[in-house]
Amino acid sequence: MNAENSDLRGKTEVRSEEGAPLTALRAGDPAAFERLVREHAPRMLAVARRYLRREDDAEVAVQDAFVSAHRALPGFQGEAGLGTWLHRITVNAALGLLRRKRRLERETSLEDLLPRFRSDGHREAPGLPWVESRESRLEQEEARRKVREALDQLPEIHRTVLMLRDIDGFDTGETATLLGINDNAVKARLHRARLALRTLLEPHFGGGSDA
Amino acid sequence: MTCKEFIDILDAYLEGGLTPEQRAEISAHLHLCPECVDYIDSYRFTIRAARDCCCGAEDPVPTDVPEELVQAVLAALKQDPDRPS
Ligand SMILES: [Zn+2]
Repeated sequence: MNAENSDLRGKTEVRSEEGAPLTALRAGDPAAFERLVREHAPRMLAVARRYLRREDDAEVAVQDAFVSAHRALPGFQGEAGLGTWLHRITVNAALGLLRRKRRLERETSLEDLLPRFRSDGHREAPGLPWVESRESRLEQEEARRKVREALDQLPEIHRTVLMLRDIDGFDTGETATLLGINDNAVKARLHRARLALRTLLEPHFGGGSDA
Repeated sequence: MTCKEFIDILDAYLEGGLTPEQRAEISAHLHLCPECVDYIDSYRFTIRAARDCCCGAEDPVPTDVPEELVQAVLAALKQDPDRPS
């Protein structure tokens, strides 16, 4: 796989982790692209599953993503790195599918999950501080599963904004572009999503929780 | 400043935004309000929990991809009318 050339080419050549050279990919070498698919599909599938939650939809998104990547490869300059580039394309493909299925349009209320305030501006039932041992608990699969279940209870658009910003690390402007909404709408939805997620996590991680 | 007013601008506060005057008001509020200090703490934890619960771009992916998917991708590429070369 030309691995022996890597030292000679140094920084001018971007390689995927297995060493598929970008030049071969750009030139449309089918074997190089197949290696790319085998190497990156697992991560891309995991990302697509997170957005779409249905295995068949996730597989469609990964397929769409590779078709887009294949078309765009000749113009890909390699600044971002292949993995980062494919990650973005996968998120885009998953969002495209959510849009085609109109899953982002359903306006479900999350009012019930937002903090409530008394007329003097104090929170109703503020609860105890969250327990200090919780950090290490996130290393446990059981705790992470609880968080994923809580995420799944958020309305689709809020869940999607939160994943784009807090999990996939897109900034406000990038998230706005990916979703076709403005920056303020991203900020408002992210805030409500975080508030609601916090409420959903409180029984598991809040003070007095035995979980 | 009330707790509600503070929580409404919590994201901007955590990102280091807001005017010096607003930040001073918040400091004064937090000095007197342990509930909001706890709230910030749990809110930050919530953000971290979301980040850590799923595989992000950096995490290793344990799952394998079904061979049918790989074959479907390769077949889709062959049929793509817009494919380069
Ligand atoms: Zn307060």
